[in-house]
Amino acid sequence: MDRKKLVEFKNVSFQYEEEGALVLNQVSFDIYEGEWVAIIGHNGSGKSTIAKLLNGLLMPKDGEIIVDGKRVDDDTVWDIRKDVGMVFQNPDNQFVGATVQDDVAFGMENRGIPREEMRERIQRTLSAVRMQDYLITEPHRLSGGQKQRVAIASVLAIAPKVLILDEATAMLDPTGRKEIMHTVNDIQESEGLSLITITHDLQEIVQADRVIVMNKGQIWEETTPRELFLQREELREIGLDVPFVAQLTDELRKQGVPLKEAALNHEELLEELWKFNSKM
Amino acid sequence: MEIQFKDVSYIYQENTPFAHKALEHISFTVNSGSFVAVIGHTGSGKSTLIQHLNGLSLPSRGEINIGDFHLSADGKPKNIRDLRRKVGVVFQYPEHQLFEETVAKDIAFGPKNFGVEQEEIDRRIEKLLPAVGLPKEILERSPFDLSGGQKRRVAIAGVLAMAPQVLVLDEPTAGLDPRGQREIMDMFYQLHQEQNLTTVLVTHSMEDALAYADKIIILNKGQKYMEGHPLDVFKQAEKLQEVQLGLPEVIHFLNQYNERFGTSLTYQYQPMPELAKEIKKRLEVGSHE
Repeated sequence: MDRKKLVEFKNVSFQYEEEGALVLNQVSFDIYEGEWVAIIGHNGSGKSTIAKLLNGLLMPKDGEIIVDGKRVDDDTVWDIRKDVGMVFQNPDNQFVGATVQDDVAFGMENRGIPREEMRERIQRTLSAVRMQDYLITEPHRLSGGQKQRVAIASVLAIAPKVLILDEATAMLDPTGRKEIMHTVNDIQESEGLSLITITHDLQEIVQADRVIVMNKGQIWEETTPRELFLQREELREIGLDVPFVAQLTDELRKQGVPLKEAALNHEELLEELWKFNSKM
Repeated sequence: MEIQFKDVSYIYQENTPFAHKALEHISFTVNSGSFVAVIGHTGSGKSTLIQHLNGLSLPSRGEINIGDFHLSADGKPKNIRDLRRKVGVVFQYPEHQLFEETVAKDIAFGPKNFGVEQEEIDRRIEKLLPAVGLPKEILERSPFDLSGGQKRRVAIAGVLAMAPQVLVLDEPTAGLDPRGQREIMDMFYQLHQEQNLTTVLVTHSMEDALAYADKIIILNKGQKYMEGHPLDVFKQAEKLQEVQLGLPEVIHFLNQYNERFGTSLTYQYQPMPELAKEIKKRLEVGSHE
């Protein structure tokens, strides 16, 4: 398939201190237009460093990073940041405006977007995250999930090509998490963005097209969620887990139930069991 | 220590236009040695409830007994320092509260404040480190040079070093990776059993509530919505659904399985291989009918 590469990591290495351990060691991968990639790994595996390198918050020690054809360096970093939007973990650290609409306007003002255009984008992006009824609400009146949705709208308003969610749901309750994933799903379909989610949440991984698994600063595996969750023991060894459905599938196989597919959700597993049942 | 809430209400900024009822007529008893999970949405009153357990907040109405300590609207008990020593609270993201130069000093800060002798503190630390999974070499390092998971363990060690009898945990695994989450929860459970603690876990995780608690209290809008043994609470899927709470995944799956296959498989804490065996058995039986 002839898809456009939007992000290229070429043999990227990084360390925070001279002489220090390599946080990333010769990491190479591509991310295509419109693709949803989950990056997972244990705490300290290098996931978040990848995000920071992607929009020039950090610069690689070795190797190069290309975003939409441009090499990330000190000269291009401001352009790159128009293309790469990021939402971080803590909803309280990301609000700059006194109201929701001010917050969304902030990034656009910095980029000199005309007032009329700004108005239109505020409406559109807040609708996209279903926060259009909160234009003049003050941030402290919002829940964590609502704050993160506004943070996503603020990023969308500058029309990035890649949206990175760096553990953006980690501090939210289950309701907030669902809100965000629902929003992200909608946006991915309507805007055709490339999406990179850095996460521990197994349900978030299931929704991605592709998964990059980091371990000790290196890529451990690059695959689909379905393939990945077949490797239960191996994942456990590097500090990760597989979802309930994958665990049960694994145990059922050990009991001699010949399940073919690796189910990703309850419905798929029940369907497989149903097939097995009618064959007996 | 037994914890008893009798018709407790708490009103923020009472007698002002901003008055807000955070807890309303809450009554329950947690037996000594019990492991209770408190569940509820953001804003349901969980944090306010926790603040009552070591006297950070006092009830506006009603009364609370924790062991021999008595809390009511009439004021703080004289021995509130003793209460705070006996009720250890691990707040959310406790690593944000580390501040000392070395790990050893940080862990020692609490007990030192309560007048525990340095020798005794050293003895406690020596016993604690393996329990929280930290190597001895870490003691002289700065807590700020550690990884997120290690920082959290240091902060937890600081609470445990006060040798509490009640352990209050406010979402202790938030932000950790899956292995870190499992390790921390297993650690608390082991401490709970070995030291015969009374443990109060505030969590959003139905999975943790099912795995560790012998009692669940569900709060909704400041009121007690449900209370009971986890297996009984999780039988009431519809009632939970009414307040937008879900079931632990294993129970949810078995419900769907039973519906589809007309079986009545129930969850009784079977380990996963056992569950797989039971499912296989039902499939075989079903096909011969």
